[in-house]
Amino acid sequence: MRSGRASAWGAAQVVASAALVSFLLLPVAALVFTLRWADFVGGLRNPLLVPALRLSLLTTGTSLALVVVLGSLLAWRIARHPGRASRWMEAITQLPAVIPPAVAGVCLLLAFGRRGLLGSWLAAHGIALAFTTPAVVMAEAFVSAPFFVQAAIAAFRRVDENLLVVARTLGASPFRAFLRVGLPLAAPGLVAGSAMSWARSLGEFGATLLFAGNLTGRTQTLPLAVYTAMESDLRAAQALSLVMVAVAFALLFVLRRMAPGAGLPGPEVRGA
Amino acid sequence: MLEARIAGRAGPLDLRVDLSLDGETVLVAGPNGSGKSTLLRLLLGVLRPEAGRIALDGSVLFDAEEGIDVPAEERGLAYVPQDYALFPHMDVLANATFGLAALDRRERVRRATSWLDRLGVGDLVRRFPSALSGGERQRVALARALARTPRALLLDEPFASLDPIARRQLRASLTGWLREWRLPALIVSHDPADAVLADRIAVLERGRVVQQGTLEDLRRAPGSDFVAGLIEAAPVPAGADS
Repeated sequence: MRSGRASAWGAAQVVASAALVSFLLLPVAALVFTLRWADFVGGLRNPLLVPALRLSLLTTGTSLALVVVLGSLLAWRIARHPGRASRWMEAITQLPAVIPPAVAGVCLLLAFGRRGLLGSWLAAHGIALAFTTPAVVMAEAFVSAPFFVQAAIAAFRRVDENLLVVARTLGASPFRAFLRVGLPLAAPGLVAGSAMSWARSLGEFGATLLFAGNLTGRTQTLPLAVYTAMESDLRAAQALSLVMVAVAFALLFVLRRMAPGAGLPGPEVRGA
Repeated sequence: MLEARIAGRAGPLDLRVDLSLDGETVLVAGPNGSGKSTLLRLLLGVLRPEAGRIALDGSVLFDAEEGIDVPAEERGLAYVPQDYALFPHMDVLANATFGLAALDRRERVRRATSWLDRLGVGDLVRRFPSALSGGERQRVALARALARTPRALLLDEPFASLDPIARRQLRASLTGWLREWRLPALIVSHDPADAVLADRIAVLERGRVVQQGTLEDLRRAPGSDFVAGLIEAAPVPAGADS
């Protein structure tokens, strides 16, 4: 009886795994295998591709740098100084993850648009952010920061407090203890968080469209170029999508190589 | 000489301690939750006492009234925690030189390897902590702490992570080293067998030092059930060390 239940449980796992993996793989396979080589080469010649690719790499690189630098300090603060303020900061940094991207665009516009909360003051000082390239960076940073910050908090929390105490007693200032001990030990988690954050900002669409617009060369990133190409030529949209997936895989591969432990599965628990 | 008269809180624990070490080894014994590790953290400067004063060789490390609070990295106290806290991403040599950043590289390596040699782990410099036994880790951690020429040594449950055989060997070695170095040492432990290490024992219960003295003093007049239990379980010294 027990072995019958165990085999049914095993079969349920296999069927569920096969169904979900197939469902996740099929659309990506369709993207690759339904495109003829000539159409792909034709798509690569689409005038939207090069400006959108350049802008996507520039803006996602900038937003990732901002998120990693500011997010690391914030995550360290939250991880090493538990308390009410840290709990609030952690909750606030997770907000963008549950806000739909289009709503995020509206929020950014209401905060930083010409008539926004801060935007009107900025406009009075000659700074206009909405519908500019910096707006793209802001939209990407807004939606992608939670992915990095959450991973960084978890990685920093795993650093043994005793290692930091010992580093201090060995003459290290709090900053040197962070740099020489906290940062290297959390590196795999930070790289994994960077990869997730970067992937999210590369795919960012809704907030960018509403807050930054869809201007070729200025605010039109790869997802917006795919959307624009879709309106006239599905094959061109498909070729652009393929380029985007290839770029994403290439950069994720490089990031993972930088920290071999990043995102690796944990120890197996047999029979669970 | 390390003198501490401090009051501090950690969660529900209200700690009030008056303790001094004058070139001797003092064992702070007490049941779990009595405040032993909190006391170490207050002395090290990673927890701030609410009141009191800590002085080391005449220089003030902390004085609540004067507003003096020397940061942990400038206190000159060496600390070896229970799990030894070797940096797992650094090899033995990098661990041992970590505290010598102020020296040039050649002097750093010379000083660190000299201590690693003295403690019998000089041939392990290229190994990472994950490849060391418990006893080797403790020796590396001690070498790392002592390479900075500290003014006092604080050890938290120094043998708790070791198997019984390594524990016995290292306890005997440490007894000899402490006599040789003549460094004020504060050892926190709940293991009665560690009493042989100390010149004096301070018993901490619920954040207070309830009794102090040599093992013999405590044996003559145990002041609480914990002390009576400690004495009963402590080894009877056949000679000075065993």
